[in-house]
Amino acid sequence: MSIAILTGVIAIAQILLGLAMCCATYRLVVGPRAQDRILGLDTLYVNAMLMLVTFGIRTGSTMYFEAVLIIGLLGFVATVALAKFLMRGEVIE
Amino acid sequence: MSAGENLPVWAALLTALLVLVGATVTLIGSLGLLRLRTFYARVHAPTLGTTVGMASILAGSALFFSVNDARPVIHEILIAVFVTLTTPVTLMLLVRAALYRDRTEGSRDVPTAEMVESALLRAKE
Repeated sequence: MSIAILTGVIAIAQILLGLAMCCATYRLVVGPRAQDRILGLDTLYVNAMLMLVTFGIRTGSTMYFEAVLIIGLLGFVATVALAKFLMRGEVIE
Repeated sequence: MSAGENLPVWAALLTALLVLVGATVTLIGSLGLLRLRTFYARVHAPTLGTTVGMASILAGSALFFSVNDARPVIHEILIAVFVTLTTPVTLMLLVRAALYRDRTEGSRDVPTAEMVESALLRAKE
């Protein structure tokens, strides 16, 4: 009984997180400017991390934590590198 | 779907509540990213997901695995600390880059460096 509730609620939560990822993807694709796209990418990373945590609860496997950590690390490095590029790319121009 | 068969009802309900609250708050933050008008307004919205949303979902996950395995599972704290430390750094770098771009274009929506400096001088007096 309780596990049925948990499974259903996690399915709903995954749908909500999927919608959140769609919003971030819209910002990533549409823009309008480069900084909006980078912000969308950062949000997409965070939402994907949270989605993977819910997958971990759903399957009951702790394997997903490593994937979540790697996504967090890559998201941080990617956003910092892109922000730096945005700054320096215009200095050179 | 073999996990959590021996989970007590209170743990299942509390996990479900935490995960649902976290997912809802994250969706609200991303909707803000979608709908707010200017870039500087949009920067604020996704931080809902990186603070309350992340903390709530990770707390639900920690509770689930701790009760399920009958031992404390605290990998989540590592993720929470990492995200909490990195989000302000990335967003500050991004906003500084955006401000720099807007200033070099001569945009009227952002204050110029001279305006900031004179405001700081006035505050000091």
